[in-house]
Amino acid sequence: MSTTIPLTITVDGEPRDLDVDPRTTLLDALRDRLGVTSTKKGCDHGQCGACTVLLDGRRVLACLTLAVAKDGADVVTANGLATDGELHPVTEAFLANDAYQCGYCTPGQICSAVGAIDEARQGMPSAVTSDLTGEVTLDRTEIAERMSGNLCRCAAYVNIVSAVEEASRA
Amino acid sequence: MSVTTHSGGSILGHPVKRTEDRELITGAGVYTGNMPVEGALHAFFVRSPIAHGTLGDIDVDEAKGMPGVVAVYTAADLELNDRPGLPGVVPETMNRPLLAKGKVRHVGDIVAIVVAETASEAIDAAETVFPDIEPLPAVTDIEAAMADDAPLLFEGTESNMVAGAGTGEVEGIFDDADVVVKAKFHNQKLAGVPMEPNAVVVEPGENGKLTFWASTQTPHGLRDQMAGDLGVDGEDVRVIAPRVGGGFGPKAFAYSEYSIIARAAQKLGRPVRWNETRSENMLSMVHGRAQVQWVELGVKNDGTFVGLRATAVGDAGAYPAIGAVLPSLTQLLAQGVYDLPAIDFTWKAVATNTTTVGAYRGAGRPEATQLLERIIDMAADEIGMDPLEIRRKNYLQPEQYPLTTLTGANYDTAEHEKAADAAKEAAGYDALLAEQKRRRESGDRIALGIGVGSYVEVTAPLGLDGEYGSAQAHPDGTFTVMAGTSAHGQGHETAFCQLASSVLGVPMEKIKLVQSDTELVRSGAGTLGSRSLQTGGTAIHNASQELVAEAREIAAHLLEAAVEDIDHSDDGFGVRGIGDKVITWAQIAQAAEDGSGYEDGRGHEMRQELDFKAGDSTFPFGTHIAVVEVDLDTGFVKQRRHVAVDDCGIILNPMLVAGQQHGGIAQGISQALYERVTYDEDGNPTSGNLASYTIPTAADLPSFEVSNTETTTPLNPIGAKGIGESGTIGSTPAVHNAVIDAVSHLGIHHIDMPLTPETVWRAIHGANGSDPATRQQAGPEYAGKAITEDTPDSAQA
Repeated sequence: MSTTIPLTITVDGEPRDLDVDPRTTLLDALRDRLGVTSTKKGCDHGQCGACTVLLDGRRVLACLTLAVAKDGADVVTANGLATDGELHPVTEAFLANDAYQCGYCTPGQICSAVGAIDEARQGMPSAVTSDLTGEVTLDRTEIAERMSGNLCRCAAYVNIVSAVEEASRA
Repeated sequence: MSVTTHSGGSILGHPVKRTEDRELITGAGVYTGNMPVEGALHAFFVRSPIAHGTLGDIDVDEAKGMPGVVAVYTAADLELNDRPGLPGVVPETMNRPLLAKGKVRHVGDIVAIVVAETASEAIDAAETVFPDIEPLPAVTDIEAAMADDAPLLFEGTESNMVAGAGTGEVEGIFDDADVVVKAKFHNQKLAGVPMEPNAVVVEPGENGKLTFWASTQTPHGLRDQMAGDLGVDGEDVRVIAPRVGGGFGPKAFAYSEYSIIARAAQKLGRPVRWNETRSENMLSMVHGRAQVQWVELGVKNDGTFVGLRATAVGDAGAYPAIGAVLPSLTQLLAQGVYDLPAIDFTWKAVATNTTTVGAYRGAGRPEATQLLERIIDMAADEIGMDPLEIRRKNYLQPEQYPLTTLTGANYDTAEHEKAADAAKEAAGYDALLAEQKRRRESGDRIALGIGVGSYVEVTAPLGLDGEYGSAQAHPDGTFTVMAGTSAHGQGHETAFCQLASSVLGVPMEKIKLVQSDTELVRSGAGTLGSRSLQTGGTAIHNASQELVAEAREIAAHLLEAAVEDIDHSDDGFGVRGIGDKVITWAQIAQAAEDGSGYEDGRGHEMRQELDFKAGDSTFPFGTHIAVVEVDLDTGFVKQRRHVAVDDCGIILNPMLVAGQQHGGIAQGISQALYERVTYDEDGNPTSGNLASYTIPTAADLPSFEVSNTETTTPLNPIGAKGIGESGTIGSTPAVHNAVIDAVSHLGIHHIDMPLTPETVWRAIHGANGSDPATRQQAGPEYAGKAITEDTPDSAQA
């Protein structure tokens, strides 16, 4: 029961050492062990997206990721997106478009949006992309589809899509 | 009355960006789950896996020896008062034991609490607790719970009926009708699903004091309930709501978990925290809606309404509480926006072996609008009249206001045709009808449906029309305002500071809103029932006015002038017509505190506080038009457009109003198309997570076309009504009606919600509804015809 495994994860630019029970998710490691609470727990089942973080540049659900499997990984939360005190363009777009209300799902939405914009730039198609080999144009339908893993019960979706649209053009 | 602004109120009515945003956007906001409390233990609950049963021994021995476990408690170990459901309404025989005693009454009922050093240790130990439960027959269906031979949930009762009342019978109600349409509607059980589940930390302090940090909409209400459960003075309990990740009504409820944790914390002398898991949340957080309605509407052939007869029976769940009276709000709004000559309405509430029902966005009012708007469409269909026209023919007219409806609602103001015309024009209604005709004629397998929903709703209901507010000036030139409301995403920090700013004549950034702390804020009813701006906002507005009046007196004293000669400007206070000597707010607050501002020289804080009482509820209204496409081969519904014209009185901040409209509409659409709490025959929940309980994503919803008409109310100086729930109330019937409209040419008159592809497909194919295997998936009533059965005897008054 008491077996723990040591690992090092870089979180928002800082290397962090910890010993974890192998059952510990990346989400619990971040929130409960490292005090990184920007990322939120909404369901712990991979169904809501509130815990989305960028892991080695790709968006992942921290609640479905075992911490022990990510030794050496680079994790960025919504709080770590800022550079030199300047907010990330996606973060700025969320502010400008009133893209949230209670704020609980927001850090996950923002990480997801950063990941989605990057995936589109790399030409990765989604379920609604008609041309699977060409360039991806992030119109509202594409954005809504690519953001559909992130639930928002306040339903700020109309403004979330607008924010991602604005940020994707930046 | 009108808003008093010394400088023309330039900040009012503008989409001022939210001041709370910066903290939330990076995730830095402190929610209960990351409230740092030194040395806190973690709790986890052992819950009944059986819907109804006799509770025998609970084996906790193994759990007590597990790593990190500090304590395991059952009902026998913790002194907790049984909680009355709703004094004066719910019978005492239905009081709730906070930890199960003798019986369990729903899956999720709390059997024991495990407290450990870490959350995972508490969870591991809880899995070893074994309650001996002898199953009893369970009843999860409203009609089954009313039956003579229904299993009874509570000892000492003769039935599961909790409460009920009605208007009384109206003789000859349909005598003048040419047509009487009749139907039975299921308004399905819903879950609130805030993205942040329930959460609490309780810290025991000196002399029996307790501090709660809780994810709640109602800090003062929670304080009073905790004091009652624990048998302590309210003064010894402090409740603080930090950032709250959505509420939608269910977080206005005081959860028994909180009282149990508080008692455990007292016993252990250490803080204890609990972060509800999503699986627990779906079992424990109160559900909403859940009514069966029998409805009859009499109309003349020209569309004139003659009378409405209805019985609405609400499911109050396993431990009846506020849900027991929500069907009375359905009765209160049964007249809707119409000049109905006669109403015969009966409401009841019944206990079932399901999660307790409470307030969920709309809470009793969507059920009324849904009932009326569906039966009106059925009547329009029957007499061959356009749905918008039959409504226009029967709308209450502006000159009839104010009025008291047949069911006792005091409607303040409204202009229904104006809202309906605006919606009709925005939707391009006539062009849509033409498109529908073209598609039908060409045999298009994608059917177009257009649905209308006109609504009125009651905001600040059930006596919630009063609120505390204060305004204080500080010598450093800043201000503090307080209200007894408690925001959880609505943007009150922005809206209330906008109001105070306009009255005080100072920039918003000088003003701080203090809320959500029972020690700092004297009293409060919290944020629910779309009440906050009209009550808490008004209280701050009026207190700010009184602060300006006090400032004038101090300025007059300091400037040796008459009070009536004092001018108030953005710079401060000066004497009219004399020079440019101006005293600033900071100087005035300093003079108040050091006493130099007063004749008697006695200094004190410069602060005004008051209790605002509106005297009645306000009644927002509007019309929604939904446009849907239904795939006749798959039953899949795609909503193409949603046009909403909502009138919430005078608008303070259009950006915040639009946000509330968006959120409300999404939740209303979601009831029509997606959501339903389901149980199997043994009472096991079958929609216990976010994979089996569908809430919509960005990809499921259209962009909303929201606008407003503004009809002021005389009940507060702002002229504001509530907007929090309007979207939910107007959108569900519009979408529901649109789907039925899309398939009405096939002879379908009604399908119960939610209108999932399977439900719609079955209606199109006329499948019979007797197949129990598909019943849970498809909804209880999916046969493609109006139900014509009579109101059962058991549902009569």
